Amino acid sequence: MEENKEEKSRIKIILKWLKDNLFYNPLSSFITILIIYGIINILIPSYQWLFVDSLLNGDAEACRKVEGACLAFLKEKTRYILLGMYPQDEHWRPVLNVFIYLALLVFSRDRSRWGKKLLGLWFFFGVFSFFLMRGGIFGLEFVETDKWSGLPLTLMLATVAITVSYPLGILLALGRRSKMGVVRLLSIGYIELIRGVPLISILFMSSVMFPLFLPKGIVINKLLRAQVAIIMFISAYMAEVIRGGLQAIPNGQYEASDSLGLNYFQKMRLVILPQALKIVIPPTVNTSISMFKDTSLVMIIALQDMMYTAKGAMSDPHWLGFSVEAYIFMAVLYFCFCFSLGKYSRRLEKELDTGLA
Amino acid sequence: MINTVKKWFDDNKNRSLFYQFITILLFIYIGHFFFSNTVTNLEKQKIASGWGFLTKEAGFPIGESVIEYKPADNYGKALSAGFFNTVKVAIIGNFLAVTLGTLIGIARLSRNWLVSRISLCYIESLRNIPLLLQLFFWYTFITDILPIVRNAFKPLPNVFLSNRGLVIPLPKSDPAFELVGWGFFLALILILIFWKMARKHQDKTGRSLPFIKISLCIFIMIPLLGWLIGGAPTAMDIPKQGRFNFSGGYTVSPEFMSLVLGLVLYTAAFIAEVVRAGILSVKKGQTEAAESLGLKPHQVLRLVILPQALRVIVPPLTSQLLNLTKNSSLAVAIGYPDFVSVSNTTLNQTGQAVECIFLIILLYLSTSLLTSIFMNWYNKNIALVER
Repeated sequence: MEENKEEKSRIKIILKWLKDNLFYNPLSSFITILIIYGIINILIPSYQWLFVDSLLNGDAEACRKVEGACLAFLKEKTRYILLGMYPQDEHWRPVLNVFIYLALLVFSRDRSRWGKKLLGLWFFFGVFSFFLMRGGIFGLEFVETDKWSGLPLTLMLATVAITVSYPLGILLALGRRSKMGVVRLLSIGYIELIRGVPLISILFMSSVMFPLFLPKGIVINKLLRAQVAIIMFISAYMAEVIRGGLQAIPNGQYEASDSLGLNYFQKMRLVILPQALKIVIPPTVNTSISMFKDTSLVMIIALQDMMYTAKGAMSDPHWLGFSVEAYIFMAVLYFCFCFSLGKYSRRLEKELDTGLA
Repeated sequence: MINTVKKWFDDNKNRSLFYQFITILLFIYIGHFFFSNTVTNLEKQKIASGWGFLTKEAGFPIGESVIEYKPADNYGKALSAGFFNTVKVAIIGNFLAVTLGTLIGIARLSRNWLVSRISLCYIESLRNIPLLLQLFFWYTFITDILPIVRNAFKPLPNVFLSNRGLVIPLPKSDPAFELVGWGFFLALILILIFWKMARKHQDKTGRSLPFIKISLCIFIMIPLLGWLIGGAPTAMDIPKQGRFNFSGGYTVSPEFMSLVLGLVLYTAAFIAEVVRAGILSVKKGQTEAAESLGLKPHQVLRLVILPQALRVIVPPLTSQLLNLTKNSSLAVAIGYPDFVSVSNTTLNQTGQAVECIFLIILLYLSTSLLTSIFMNWYNKNIALVER
């Protein structure tokens, strides 16, 4: 008897929810039904395409005969898309690198672990992974940077760019708010110049103009040039994010530290920056996400990041015509990364919200 | 001696002067280093710097162009063709992105759970996938997946959608359309005058004229009149479906279509968030207060809600519009001849790297600066006046 009542009230709640949120007036009911019809019409064919009519084992010929997705193509090419031109026998090295990287990322999620030790760990990992990729010591085979490709390259470009541009961004932001006219002018000039032009033009610049800038005999490899271009680009954006934090610190904080007799560097290091940087952690993560997406542009100057290898896999003459599968695969990969980072940024926003700003 | 230097240095002003002096020296030194290297390197490669190359024959074709261009024209002409292509994408793309973004932003706040969930899914998925990937996807979709010309889709009579792009009928050019153009211009001026009059009328009598209805009438009637005076031409340039291609009509190329589609869908996701935040920023009490003053619903929207929401929306919205314009440079990846793409071809053919990159930077930078000048003016106009 009791249970029956509970059951009934639950149904009532559900019905009420449906009425309040989906069918509250004729127009809304009509829209709801239209959308449900649309979803069914999209979801069922997609499901069929991906799971029912698809082919997991077989070659290109067999794939062309089926209606659905050619998962065999992905099965065949995933390794190439993710690792690219890196020598086959040495594939364990980038794979190990990516796994350690992801593990470190997950480990760093918890804010209570943030500190000098974690920073040291990341630094150690940076050096370690560089030598693991490059080889040439401890009996590892030497692999040229031209062969670094796929997912490890994408992750490396993004991570190094974000790490290096963060301190640069702090300097630029401080410069922009400096009382020294020359410093301020130079910082504003740099920030606005970079923010005003598209990334692709800076990448072109890195591939055709950087070599002209350097004296004869000094050649910097293409990967490093692109990396420098990305760092230049993102530090301007970081600077603006950090400037937002600096502006949010009330004047009293500056005056209080002045009256304590702190000099400029002590004031910034001990009082202003710790507070300002904390406020801007969420927007910093957001900038990092957009940077991660933007690393895909390096394929236009022929660096073999994940996008480049995916395009390469599509143009394999044996496997022509399965680009949609590859694009969806790439989209899922990028989405997982960016979405989880975005979720993390929103969580931080909640955690860090002290109700002051 | 040391003491006097120390004393001089202890003064805040002097110290700041000293640091600035050092900064300038460093800046000049680095600038000179790069400049002199560039000059020697260019000399070695036997590239004469300067703008002489602009008048040389370009020799490469451009897929589509707003202005007339043929390979025999010079580089200057080629670059301006690219420039107008960029302008075309920016105008059409920004217009569509704002429209779609606003719709999705409003839908995100809908009371209907499904509508708001679907907008959320749209925003989250499109924002988190690189634009370049989306552009490639749309380009492949149009060129590989849409049917060939013979089996083209016909969504509307005489409109064809195929792997050659979208072909639509267009009115045949006629002098009457010039009159229509002038009609629009005249209508705008009349509406402006009418607006001033309506304001005066309201200030004097306290009663408002039906401004929107009348100005809409003006806006439609006068161009229509121009069309009638011109002899009311109705001849259309209707596309004909051939075996491999279309003849007649206006063709929207696959490159242009995929670029605009990608840019619009991607940017709309960001604009939707901007619009949503703007609408949410106006508290419910404002609506209630306005209603209790006896304002009509459209007056509540126009006089109370919009001015406050726009104050929050416009600054991030302009930065999104600028983003779309800058992102249109990704055209180079799918072969749409925008300014960056044409400059890149020019650069590869002539080796004039410095000049070409300078032009690209100049174009985008001046767009950004003009926009920020406008923004400052706008902000000054709408900033809250606190007493």
